[in-house]
Amino acid sequence: MTVLEIEHVAIGYSSTLIVDDLSVTIPKGQISTIIGPNGCGKSTLLKAVARVLKTQEGAVYLDGKAIHQLKTKEVAKRMAILPQTATAPGGLTVFELVSYGRFPHQTGFGTLRKEDYEYIHWAIDVTGLKEFSDRPIEALSGGQRQRVWIAMALAQGTDILVLDEPTTYLDLAHQLDVLLLLQKLNKEEGRTIVMVLHDLNHASRFSHFMIAMKNGQLIVNGHPNEVMTKENLQTVFHIDAEMAICPYSANPICLSYQLYERDK
Amino acid sequence: MATSAEGLNQLEELKRRTHPIRAIIALVLGVVGLLFAIGLSISFGAANISLGTVWTAVFHFSSDLTEHQIIREIRLPRVLGAALVGACFAVAGSIMQGMTRNPLADSGLLGLNAGAAFMLAVCFAFFPGMSYMYLIMWSFVGAGLGVVIVYGVGSLAKGGLTPMRLVLAGAAVSALLGALGEGIALYYRIGQDLAFWYAGGVSGTKWSHLQILTPWILVAMIGALILSRSITLLSLGEELAIGLGQRTVVIKVWGMIIVLILAGAAVSVVGAVGFVGLIVPHLARYIVGHDYRWIISCSLVYGALLVVLADFTARIINPPYETPIGALIAFIGVPFFLYLARKGGKEL
Repeated sequence: MTVLEIEHVAIGYSSTLIVDDLSVTIPKGQISTIIGPNGCGKSTLLKAVARVLKTQEGAVYLDGKAIHQLKTKEVAKRMAILPQTATAPGGLTVFELVSYGRFPHQTGFGTLRKEDYEYIHWAIDVTGLKEFSDRPIEALSGGQRQRVWIAMALAQGTDILVLDEPTTYLDLAHQLDVLLLLQKLNKEEGRTIVMVLHDLNHASRFSHFMIAMKNGQLIVNGHPNEVMTKENLQTVFHIDAEMAICPYSANPICLSYQLYERDK
Repeated sequence: MATSAEGLNQLEELKRRTHPIRAIIALVLGVVGLLFAIGLSISFGAANISLGTVWTAVFHFSSDLTEHQIIREIRLPRVLGAALVGACFAVAGSIMQGMTRNPLADSGLLGLNAGAAFMLAVCFAFFPGMSYMYLIMWSFVGAGLGVVIVYGVGSLAKGGLTPMRLVLAGAAVSALLGALGEGIALYYRIGQDLAFWYAGGVSGTKWSHLQILTPWILVAMIGALILSRSITLLSLGEELAIGLGQRTVVIKVWGMIIVLILAGAAVSVVGAVGFVGLIVPHLARYIVGHDYRWIISCSLVYGALLVVLADFTARIINPPYETPIGALIAFIGVPFFLYLARKGGKEL
């Protein structure tokens, strides 16, 4: 089962194409992770999926329908997006921010109904933010803030979660914290998760499906066993990787690595 | 156990509603204050009139009484004009701040007011005797012109639009448009007609003006309140708003149209008075939190209150002369602006 299909998309800012003729299908109910070097177009691709950027060619399909032809509010009921640079306006409390996740489900002037409260409470509980719910966001640590944004996306009540680098700027423990939360949501609730990660070992350990990109093109995709190989890492990142097996997931990880001499 | 948890939950819900409660209290107090300020402003002046007479003049008007005549023909339109202008500037400012996530957004700082005032000078110089209806239309166009130039100049620089850069561009463009307007005024000897526009004052407001203005402002205000929830969402950032299913382009276009109408209408009455749209939304945000449904409604009331009080003060500071209210508001506005600029715009 696929849920998101990206077909022959070309995406770019003004005249320069950043992603060129890329096709990939995202499996339903699994965790898919996009990896690739800086500037390879992974965030751009995610922005096209999030309909922040328009595709010059090709299209993104959600359950078989072209995403730009669907009503944006209908898309928002099925797919939640967490952009990379989310910053909350000052003075907003955790509860208030999370409650905005209910926007696609509200009509008219937007009063919260009982169902909305249930979703908001659930999202705050499951992200472990209950004790902070009345605190202003700027009083929280980076890791807690990231969980607030995830809670907001969860309150949206969608089957699909799209996250752009959800672990950036977090320390090791908090990174794992976020990823374990996403894994739990995937396992227990069957949510489809699509994200960009910089840490290859995290990507390998937590994903069912990996997508490796370079220069705006798809290099390889599949199970971490197929993607996380010495050869692929050489092609994608230009590194000489020492591979090992992750004791937690049994997927391949990169133990350490060396740069290839670029100019030879 | 279950019931106590439920009770706790209800308490929590109540606590979360404190912002709306504060907002409603603030709104009620604001309206009461506004009515009182309007009464006060009508009763004070060259001829002092008791509040009781003000009441009867409004609700039991008798054309035989001079005092009633003064109130009806001079003071009432003036104070209503002040209230409308204040509400317009403040709501325009709060929409701009929300849509652009720029805490320094204000129709005065971003060139809208200067653009509208410039266009009025052009109209006076080249189309003397133009009807007020057309003057307002050109005022809207001028506001649009101002903001387009400011955004154009602001985005020319490398690194794109930052709040500070926009304000700098706004200051430069405002100065230029102001100078051009004054040049036109001098050359065509229309300085007298324009003087009160540049100084900023509501003393010339007539019923006929209010009649033409009110429908525009009413529609724009209703539009602002309809948009308010979407503006809250936009203030979280464009990408998030899109992700939450908002049609951001549509909202931005409507928001901008409303801002142009409000700023243009206000300038056509009072001239290029700045800072109302900067101060009031921040004050409102401080009281009611981040929800633009409340920020906009509170800005409406408190903007009106601020300008009515400023106009009142302008008349009593140095009678029988009138201090320009633009100068009075800048007196509070400039320190406030410096304070916000120092904070580096982290508020939004």
